[in-house]
Amino acid sequence: MPELGRAALVATLGLVLYAVVAGVAAASMRRRRLAASAQNALIAAFATTLVAAAVLLAALVRNDFSFVYVAEHTSRDLPTGYTISAFWGGQEGSLLLWLLILTGYAATAVLLNRRRTRELIAWVVPVLGAVALFFAFLLVARATPFAVQTAPADGAGLNPSLQNPYMLAHPPMLYLGYVGLTVPFAFAMGALLARRTDERWIVATRRWTLVAWTALGVGQLLGAHWAYQEVGWGGYYAWDPVENAALMPWLAATAFLHSVMIQEKRGMLRVWNVLLVVLAFSLSLFGTFLTRSGVLSSIHSFTESSIGPWFLGFICMVALGSLALVFARLPLLRARTRLESLVSREATFLYNNLLLVALTLTILWGVAYPLLHEAVLGDSRIVGPGYYNFFLRVFGLPLLLLMGIGPLVAWRRASLRSLGASFAVPAGLALVIGAILLALGAGSSIPGLIAYTFSAFVLGSIALEFVRGTRARRALSGGSWLRAFSSLVARNRRRYGGYVVHAAVVMLAIGIAGSSAYDTVSEGKLVRGQTLAVGDYRLTYRALDEREAVNATEIRAVLDVERGGEALGAVAAGKNAYTAERQVSNEVGIRSDLVTGEDLFVIAEQVNADGSVYVRAFVKPLVNMIWLAGLVFLLGALITLWPDAREQRRLAVRYGEARAHAGS
Amino acid sequence: MTLALALAALLAAACVVLVALPYLREPAAERDALDDHGELEQKQLELAEVRDRALGALKELEFDHRTGKVSDEDYRSLVGPLRREAADALRALEPRAGATGRVKAERPG
Repeated sequence: MPELGRAALVATLGLVLYAVVAGVAAASMRRRRLAASAQNALIAAFATTLVAAAVLLAALVRNDFSFVYVAEHTSRDLPTGYTISAFWGGQEGSLLLWLLILTGYAATAVLLNRRRTRELIAWVVPVLGAVALFFAFLLVARATPFAVQTAPADGAGLNPSLQNPYMLAHPPMLYLGYVGLTVPFAFAMGALLARRTDERWIVATRRWTLVAWTALGVGQLLGAHWAYQEVGWGGYYAWDPVENAALMPWLAATAFLHSVMIQEKRGMLRVWNVLLVVLAFSLSLFGTFLTRSGVLSSIHSFTESSIGPWFLGFICMVALGSLALVFARLPLLRARTRLESLVSREATFLYNNLLLVALTLTILWGVAYPLLHEAVLGDSRIVGPGYYNFFLRVFGLPLLLLMGIGPLVAWRRASLRSLGASFAVPAGLALVIGAILLALGAGSSIPGLIAYTFSAFVLGSIALEFVRGTRARRALSGGSWLRAFSSLVARNRRRYGGYVVHAAVVMLAIGIAGSSAYDTVSEGKLVRGQTLAVGDYRLTYRALDEREAVNATEIRAVLDVERGGEALGAVAAGKNAYTAERQVSNEVGIRSDLVTGEDLFVIAEQVNADGSVYVRAFVKPLVNMIWLAGLVFLLGALITLWPDAREQRRLAVRYGEARAHAGS
Repeated sequence: MTLALALAALLAAACVVLVALPYLREPAAERDALDDHGELEQKQLELAEVRDRALGALKELEFDHRTGKVSDEDYRSLVGPLRREAADALRALEPRAGATGRVKAERPG
């Protein structure tokens, strides 16, 4: 039914166009029914996009190769799970997913806020509609997933590297994050257009930003684990532009989530916060542009791309239009209070923001420089991991330290005596751990040693915050320690959920430092019976297995593992030869030690006709802390996201009072 | 093909009805203006924000003092200005109600 899919997308285009035009007219002429009609158009646009998505999904599941998209991205032998993931495996499908999530978010935002923030929502609707209009236009006019052809006997299959369970969750999570940043952007622009620059837009969007930020964070970790298991080069993050595309908006959103607290607590940084929202959204568009425009292959393929120049034009329009609006509303955004001291909680948040934005812009330059160089001078340049790693240390290590300092410093200002009392325990703990690590030989990597020492300081300060808070809560309300602890967290979920997220970042830092600064590698050609030593492990090549899977031939070199004379079982590493796709992929063997958090990671680089294999093996200390950090990150984000009835009541009272006073 | 077109027509009709719903429900609404809260409510809201911020800061200072994060000396130097800020915000909200009353009283009719 490609006609139904096409018609549904045309209907979406018409509806979002109506939402823009009617929304602007209603907000500027103050027409209630017209505003409600524009809101309904956005809700209807979600329904029509859902129909279009259902049509494509049905075609994929039925292997309907008369759809060009289905024939280009699936084959009859492809397992059903990967057939479904082919929805976002190609350009047209992923643009449709963008639009589906965007209209879904827009409909939810309208339904949740049409009564709560009526004045804002009148302007939010046309902004959301304008973003949806761009994607609907691309899908109708430039990259339709509903092009048809005479059905071939079989399809071309799916890129083998995408045939991994992580691909079922990683791209949708990233899209939930990218697209989610549209909502805070729309509310920020709506507030400026409506001249309502009080806290309401922040209250309305804080949770949306958290959802988008959590999804982007989890999506990136899933992507890192996919790269670790599937790409087969021995790492999890290569500073690839596609990876950076997701990291940049996440960093900008992280900065916003911190600086927004300064606005709420002190009424400061109002211009900065709006700019961060614009930056985060523009970077999410830039990320989609990078992955979808063909610009990463070459400037030549970008200019030939059906959507690349359109995307670039839209990003420029969004950035320039938003900046012009911010500039026009500057008098409304003026702060009424000033920073009292450079040693205060708000000052540490400010330093954190400057470092996060500096890191974001450095990564942006690393991504943009090769593209600009090729566009202007004609030859391409590569910005390698050395550049990114250098700036990660320069900005990342102070950021790590600030995560420990921030919670210990009071708002407004702090005296040296207060600081001394607060810093004594965590700083002492950090110095002791640093000295022990140095004695154990961790000084072989200075950045690694610094990262571990700072991590100890942050964990010490987080633990101190929980202990002191629980003790104070127990002194106030009595009861058990457990009850005092849960009351402490429940009364300030954002603060204590934030500390849990900080603990996750520390675990991430420990995992990254351990696996990159202290890893061991060994490689060599093995014939059956030969042994390769790596770290404390000995790998003995036992057999070469071959089996026919549904859509690939799987070859695995089986290696027996022993450590200190103890047999630890076997790892199998090899290759998959995909029939329909006519491609070969590396399939790595991983043995995780859940006690030490260490991985033995084996790649069979070459499988030779004589049965010998060329093996590369790594020992990666603490790498599993990275994946565990993902779970802790999710827990912290959920605590922070959990609705706060106390805050809702306070806001309801505030708005009710203001209305009553104004109406009296 | 026919089924697809029929479904598409049905979808389009449903969308038109949903979009037109506010007008179908109230074909001749007596009041069709968006709620305009005006400058007065906006001002009240800003003052209430300042009040809540000051009260929240006081509460947080008290708790941080209890936990030992804020020393006695810092507490004494911070609590006074914060209390004044909260009192000012509360006072600013009170006369506003009086001013509203006066404006209302002066209104003709």
